[in-house]
Amino acid sequence: MPRFLFVDYPLGNPCGRPDDVEDQAAVLEETLTLLESATAPRTTVQSASVWTTEPAADIAWRANYMEIRPENLDDMRAWGDARRTAQATAPGRPR
Amino acid sequence: MRSKPALPGAHRHAVSYIDRSREYYAACGYEQPYRWATNADSPFAPLPKPLAQCRVGIITTSYPHHEDLAGSDDVEFFPLTTKAPYAQPVDPIPSRMFTDDLSWDKDATHTDDVATFLPIAQLAAAAAAGRIGSTAPRFFGAPTNYSQRQTNADAETIARWCDDDEVDVVVLVPL
Repeated sequence: MPRFLFVDYPLGNPCGRPDDVEDQAAVLEETLTLLESATAPRTTVQSASVWTTEPAADIAWRANYMEIRPENLDDMRAWGDARRTAQATAPGRPR
Repeated sequence: MRSKPALPGAHRHAVSYIDRSREYYAACGYEQPYRWATNADSPFAPLPKPLAQCRVGIITTSYPHHEDLAGSDDVEFFPLTTKAPYAQPVDPIPSRMFTDDLSWDKDATHTDDVATFLPIAQLAAAAAAGRIGSTAPRFFGAPTNYSQRQTNADAETIARWCDDDEVDVVVLVPL
């Protein structure tokens, strides 16, 4: 990895917040600055952009992504079984 | 397995997506964790010239929009794109892209605004302001592929396209 700008947003919006042209421009500027300033591989910079300043909301989106809840374990296993079965019985379809 | 919510100041702030996805798929019964590519020697090249003279391109992992399938079983079980790299003109800027089968956070946000993951408009503005030399005439797609061998082959294809378009530097935006 040559250079990496880490934008600490929920996955899906690495270039800035939806419908926020200022934030998107700011993220791009950080990207361009990193392109100019990095001198070694794996140079990683964290964007100054913040998704939310509300503590509970900040915790929530981080915790909820791919969350494993004890009460969902049976359903998760069933989903995995169904997926493996579907992929095994559909030859030729990409996995 | 995660069993406690993150507490401010008591847990790592940023989400460790590698750990999170490994644990998630293990809970779904996948016994072998995905082994992410690692490169002991990461390639690095300084800019060939000042950025204000560089042609900047974009590589996306999204796919040209073809249909909305969010919520259908097919989205969960099968990829719905060809998984082949592609090239598309930046003009006109796509109004939407196909992202249904990618693992972005569908509870916390959306991908209706393509500028949030395909920064063509932002690069055009940077070019107009003289911050960069120009935007590449095409953007390139590298659809998510779990085969590292195939990904390496796709990278070579895209590198040739970059040469064709005289691109000096690319921004890879994974989604």
